[in-house]
Amino acid sequence: MNTKTLLYIGKRVLLAIFTVWVVITVTFFVMHAVPGGPFVGEKATTPAVQAAMEAKYGLDKPIMEQYGTYLKDIVTKFDFGPSLKQRGRQVIDIIFDGMKTSLKLGLIAAALSAIFGIVLGAIAALRRNKLVDRIIMVITTAFVSMPSFIMGSLLLALFAIKLRALPANGSTPEGLILPIITLALYPMAYITRLTRSSMLDVLGQDYIRTARAKGVSGPRIIFGHAMKNSLIPVLTYFGPMLAYIVTGSLVVEQIFAVPGIGRLFVSSITNRDYPMIMGTTIILAALIVIMNLVTDILYKVVDPRITFE
Amino acid sequence: MKSKKFTFHVDLDMFTPASAEDKEYMVQMRESSTFFKDGVKRLYKNKVAFVSFIIILIIALSSIILPSFWPYSYESQLGVHPGRPVDASYNNLKPFEYGRTEQAQIENGEKVFPHIFGTDSAGRDYFIRVIYGTRVSLAVGLFASIIVLIIGTVIGSISGYFGGKVDLIIMRIVDIIYSLPDMLMVILLSAVFKMTLTPVIAGTALESIGANIISLFIVFALLYWVSMSRLIRGQILSLREQEYVLSARATGAKGKWIITKHLIPNCISVVIISAALQIPSAIFTESYLSFLGLGVNAPMPSLGSLASEALNGLSSYPYRLVIPAIVISLIVLSLNLFGDGLRDAFDPKLNS
Repeated sequence: MNTKTLLYIGKRVLLAIFTVWVVITVTFFVMHAVPGGPFVGEKATTPAVQAAMEAKYGLDKPIMEQYGTYLKDIVTKFDFGPSLKQRGRQVIDIIFDGMKTSLKLGLIAAALSAIFGIVLGAIAALRRNKLVDRIIMVITTAFVSMPSFIMGSLLLALFAIKLRALPANGSTPEGLILPIITLALYPMAYITRLTRSSMLDVLGQDYIRTARAKGVSGPRIIFGHAMKNSLIPVLTYFGPMLAYIVTGSLVVEQIFAVPGIGRLFVSSITNRDYPMIMGTTIILAALIVIMNLVTDILYKVVDPRITFE
Repeated sequence: MKSKKFTFHVDLDMFTPASAEDKEYMVQMRESSTFFKDGVKRLYKNKVAFVSFIIILIIALSSIILPSFWPYSYESQLGVHPGRPVDASYNNLKPFEYGRTEQAQIENGEKVFPHIFGTDSAGRDYFIRVIYGTRVSLAVGLFASIIVLIIGTVIGSISGYFGGKVDLIIMRIVDIIYSLPDMLMVILLSAVFKMTLTPVIAGTALESIGANIISLFIVFALLYWVSMSRLIRGQILSLREQEYVLSARATGAKGKWIITKHLIPNCISVVIISAALQIPSAIFTESYLSFLGLGVNAPMPSLGSLASEALNGLSSYPYRLVIPAIVISLIVLSLNLFGDGLRDAFDPKLNS
């Protein structure tokens, strides 16, 4: 690590922090610009009750003051305030509850898609223009162009309803199988294509020819020489993949009724639970921003050929 | 004169004027080809892109033409007639089945137009709903990418043309918007715009489009111009420095000639291609939002909302999910493949 690297990392970290701050600010002001306020739909609210409620949640103060308190609570106490619809519970507790399921779902999906994607991509590259390669490419092209909600609904129709092989409800451990497959298929297809093209690129390099000329065996060329370099572009995909899995889980959890953070987010929008909407947006956004930051830094650290600006 | 290979004697024959015969040899017999003609030729040779183009054309034309003479409309509930009790026999018809009154008509020897995909749970002809939903999805995709194209081009060319401080500020804003998680912001903003816009546009002409679609356009205008403007800026910056621009300038070309003959033709293909590739992503986003209930307003269908409605009756009517699923995948796939083909044909530089 030289100073240039550290400078680059520092710059990226600052940009990430700034981005999270922008997300917090945009979310806050956008949610407060909605006409009607959070208590409009409530049953039997007299003006007096409404005023008391607003005072309790600090909604009667000037908006800049509310913003200041909100920001300070997040930074100092990691506190996103109380939920409006689930009385007596803090937003952050509800989010952590949902996060347990969603993280399990997302991490398994990410791991599966990475493993299968890399293996399939390597196979396709080695058997270039042969039947196996063609089949893999056709299938992955189809998967890449299918939206996650379509994929999820079709899997649900096929495996849970037609074949009755797997449960449709995602609240049990076995029920997570279908949502995991749904979430994993798109990134898997993407990683397969990415690995294939970068592997082909690497296999054409001079040092691979040298290794071949020395008499190194086929598998050793792949795993000892080609794999390491061909995985670098794949590494850059991990940030976008996480973003995909987060947004994909919004619909996938909806389809399979998984009690995760994605479902919380969607239901908090329909319920108009303002602190919940803000809290989930900010936490998910921060997660994506941090993941992008880590991939970006890792990418530059792993590949010494890349220069720092 | 005998050639002497290792001397410096000049072969004088090489400097005699060309005869008429020699000149004829140099005349090109084929018509001169333009950049556009070459591109079309390359595109035509690309089988995958050509087939995708035909598929898009068929889907687009049928979604535009069919609703105008189809006997059913996307919103009329066939079992509901004013002044009569609701005829439930029209709800949830299987493909090519008929409602009770239609059955009677057929027995009387009348011809009844078939319900090719049956009807939905409210007794609406499903085929025309799919067709109309395709039209809505395509229109949303097209308009959204036009909005992105305009905003991105304007901001990108301002940034590239003026350079300096303006460029710096615009590019910082682009960086920040670029690092925002787009889907989360889209969902948040369209939820908020939906709540804000619904009372505002009530009673105006915009109401028929629906607050959701308008908020989708606003969100696209706010967030998705960044990659387009980056692209345009890069194009302008690099094209300005190209040798052929320098050579044109050296041979006395004026600004207008350079812009119309060099900069625009070299820039436009990249711009149009990326706008074309924007369409499937817009369709994707719209269907995603419709699926979450943030898309088009009922009873207007879109492919996403049709798929989401189909989830309720999935065990009995799986085809209601499969049909919009196939259509949407087909549209996105062929638009992507066609866009790739366009890129290969009109911008060979990008691919190499």
